[in-house]
Amino acid sequence: MNAIETKNLTKCFGAVTAVDALDLTVREGELFALLGVNGAGKTTTIKMLSGLLKPTDGTARILGYDLAGELPAIKPLLAVSPQETAVAPNLTVRENLELIAGIYGSDRARVQKMIDELGLKKAEKFKAKTLSGGWQRRLSIAMALVSDPKLLFLDEPTLGLDVLARRELWKVIEGLRGKVTVILTTHYMEEAEQLSDRVGVMNEGRLLMSGTPRELLDAAGTENFEEAFVRLAGGETA
Amino acid sequence: MKRTLCFAKRNLKEIVRDPISAGFGIVLPIAILVLLSIINSNIADEAKNDMFEITKLAPGIGVFGLSFVSLFAALLIAKDRGSSFMLRLYTSPMTGSDFILGYALPLVPMAAAQLIVCFAAAIALGLPVSVNILLCIAVCLPIMIVNIAIGLICGTCLNEKAVGGLCGALLTNLTAWLSGCWFPLDLLGGTFKTVAYILPFANAVDAARAAIDGRYSDIPGTLWVVCVWAVCLMAIAVAVFAQKKKLK
Repeated sequence: MNAIETKNLTKCFGAVTAVDALDLTVREGELFALLGVNGAGKTTTIKMLSGLLKPTDGTARILGYDLAGELPAIKPLLAVSPQETAVAPNLTVRENLELIAGIYGSDRARVQKMIDELGLKKAEKFKAKTLSGGWQRRLSIAMALVSDPKLLFLDEPTLGLDVLARRELWKVIEGLRGKVTVILTTHYMEEAEQLSDRVGVMNEGRLLMSGTPRELLDAAGTENFEEAFVRLAGGETA
Repeated sequence: MKRTLCFAKRNLKEIVRDPISAGFGIVLPIAILVLLSIINSNIADEAKNDMFEITKLAPGIGVFGLSFVSLFAALLIAKDRGSSFMLRLYTSPMTGSDFILGYALPLVPMAAAQLIVCFAAAIALGLPVSVNILLCIAVCLPIMIVNIAIGLICGTCLNEKAVGGLCGALLTNLTAWLSGCWFPLDLLGGTFKTVAYILPFANAVDAARAAIDGRYSDIPGTLWVVCVWAVCLMAIAVAVFAQKKKLK
């Protein structure tokens, strides 16, 4: 089954078209990266697919449900880790996880599982606001996973992190492969290449191409992923 | 309901763990109570000034202190709205009523704690212990709802900085001046008094004072105004929040 199917999905803000007639299919269990420069329409796409923004035009089916008419049925199945760290600052790591688990009706064992699996044990009693950026991101992803979602949106999960913290988060994200459908937005080429089963390249609101990292390299006629992105985003193909 | 309670628990922790809440909500009203009681003890009997007598002062300060509940609510909501945390919650299965109740419920024990501490301090300063104190606390419930609703509206519509100015400075001053808790409104009379009695604060103070004095028949005559404000403002708060939460 496809986790996501969009047809002609469009979002306009006044005269500006942020997402332009997006046709996208993501299979269940796939780790799909939306790659694009700032303002390419990645975050707007995620916001539409997670029910935060109403599409101007087009349709979307999420996990078999119609996004426009069946949002209450979709919401318990998806989770979002927004671009900026989304944690309750005065709550401890464990309390943050318990809050989200409570909202989604997950049990306490799931909280412990997330603490163990995401290596949060040594920080579990610390207030979220006292954590470093990397730990806050890790907590933010754990909060998204604690509800055991079928579909997870990770919006620029490693933005602003140092190399070590980024690599740590990569391990976490790679661990999700095959268990959860993950839509990851990033403008780091190596991140998309390293983590994703398939990549969609967006520019100025349009999906220019989607395929495996190998297919994108072949289409651009280069072995360098960054070069491939530059060529594809610039409209060049081999 | 479980979602609401989880969210309410979180909000209570956020408020209680913020030192500004404790400072403004509990310490400041008590400091004012003590200060005015000291002033009262130094007013000569010949002046025949009963303005700061503890039986008048305690209910007035109790109502005034509740204006800080608006600040707690508004600051919390504005902070949440300004962060991605709200985006996360919006994508969760939480409904509009989960949000409204989740923000409002923790303010009830906060406000109750404020009133209990205020009256405990008043007892220490000479307020006679009687069942009327409990009645007075109950009579303060509608003005508590008024303040919660104002906090919900301001937090939903304004950013954190504006909330600090509006709820932290303007509203508390409005409550102080227009409630008659510092001075009898008859002193100014005229339009000032008329406006004060259209608004809920002076009516709330009068009802609270009637409760403390045991003038039970005087309570409904002023409390109904506060109740009407409470219902209207809460309805506006729900509508405003629902509007903001609606899909863009």
